[in-house]
Amino acid sequence: MNTPSHTVRAYSEELNALSDEIARMGGLCESQVTDCITAVVRRDPQLADTVVKTDAEVDALETAIERRVIRMLALRQPMASDLRTTIAAYRISGDLERIGDLAKNVGRRVHELNKSEPLDLTRSAERMGRLVVANLHRVLDAFASGSAEECIAVCRADEEVDEHYNSLFRELLSFMIEDPRTITASAHLLFVAKNLERIGDHITNIAEMIHYLVTGAELHRDTRRETADGG
Amino acid sequence: MADTGLHNATVYHDATRNLQGKISLSDVNIFYGEKQAIHDVSMDIPDRSVTAFIGPSGCGKSTILRSINRMNETIDIARTTGSVKIDGEEINSRSVDPVILRARVGMVFQKPNPFPKSIYDNVAYGPRIHGLASSRSELDGVVETSLRKAGLWDEVADRLDQPGTGLSGGQQQRLVIARAIAVSPEVILMDEPCSALDPIATAKIEELIDELRENYCIVIVTHSMAQAARVSQMTAFFHMGDLVEYGPTEDIFTNPHESRTQDYITGRFG
Repeated sequence: MNTPSHTVRAYSEELNALSDEIARMGGLCESQVTDCITAVVRRDPQLADTVVKTDAEVDALETAIERRVIRMLALRQPMASDLRTTIAAYRISGDLERIGDLAKNVGRRVHELNKSEPLDLTRSAERMGRLVVANLHRVLDAFASGSAEECIAVCRADEEVDEHYNSLFRELLSFMIEDPRTITASAHLLFVAKNLERIGDHITNIAEMIHYLVTGAELHRDTRRETADGG
Repeated sequence: MADTGLHNATVYHDATRNLQGKISLSDVNIFYGEKQAIHDVSMDIPDRSVTAFIGPSGCGKSTILRSINRMNETIDIARTTGSVKIDGEEINSRSVDPVILRARVGMVFQKPNPFPKSIYDNVAYGPRIHGLASSRSELDGVVETSLRKAGLWDEVADRLDQPGTGLSGGQQQRLVIARAIAVSPEVILMDEPCSALDPIATAKIEELIDELRENYCIVIVTHSMAQAARVSQMTAFFHMGDLVEYGPTEDIFTNPHESRTQDYITGRFG
């Protein structure tokens, strides 16, 4: 964000550090989500374990951000855009932490999925996953650039993820009915898809927080649809 | 940040436009000799609420405050143009007696300034000179009520004959507020009322301000942004004699529209 520096330099440094930590946490989550999808598609248990291990780093960053925010609220009493930055960082770190957990959960399922024959529908889950990764990348860019328009676009793009999930859900259901031997693998894949869909929801939350941070206005579900339709 | 495209023009927040003003300033310009201290300030200040004036030193916030009870007239070189109305009545017109006006519009200053008299006489002074009480018992009633409203009664009830100057700084400030209340004002102006007080005494004054706003229109000048945020419902930001932005306090402190306001309240000025 292009604002002049604080009279108190240490305060500016803390605000910058907060944004840096969010960016680093976002980067870690992005690779977690990318890798967990690749691990499912390639049936790669090592990559899956990497995803699980990375989660500890993500959790540690969330704790660090939380501590920094509490300290800043107590000692600096941030106002206006600084207040919005501080509160947004706190909430975004919470959403990123959940994204990390969900990716870790997908990583764990790779071992279970590898016990059965590969499912054709993995491709469909992969496509959904790519959409989610693209959205995550986009929302992190919006955080860096401070673009409210991108936040609206991200929220709108999540609807496509939901549609993907719904059709994958129906396909997996009919698959299980046709061939009960695939139930175990299909159930795991269904959880994978569900986790990706929930990651999409957390990305939407992040987009809403960035929109608030940039504009000071909340992005409600109906307004964002109106704005998306209008623009 | 939202750039309004307006410069040297006040940003009024939407909620401000429909205000039922107790005090109405329009195109107020104030000069000290050749120097213009206030440029075309227009604003409506609501009744039964607290309005905070904030801004850096020398921005004109105290000058504007003093224009509401014609205190600037006590400075020889000061000259005011434009209109200041209270309940629609022009206070700068010749027919308005400034002494009567200052009873309607009380003022509390930065340093508590009790008279060198007893606590009782400090509060009774105004009612006496304005002839507001016809008997001693009535006067006793006014003194007690005023001290109670100022949250000081319980601390001084047994020593009303002691000098007001013997009280602590926080108590003196509440005594001065009691003195202002005693003449039944409609508006109370406060110029940095807590800057000489410790945090506990400050908290007591802030609690008092919050109670007083049920019955009075209060305007407070403060250097403490946190205090403006805590006590006021409306906030006006002044800079170099301009009213830059005026709106509900919550808006000003979470989402100011003007970059000068933003820079000032986040500590990025200069």
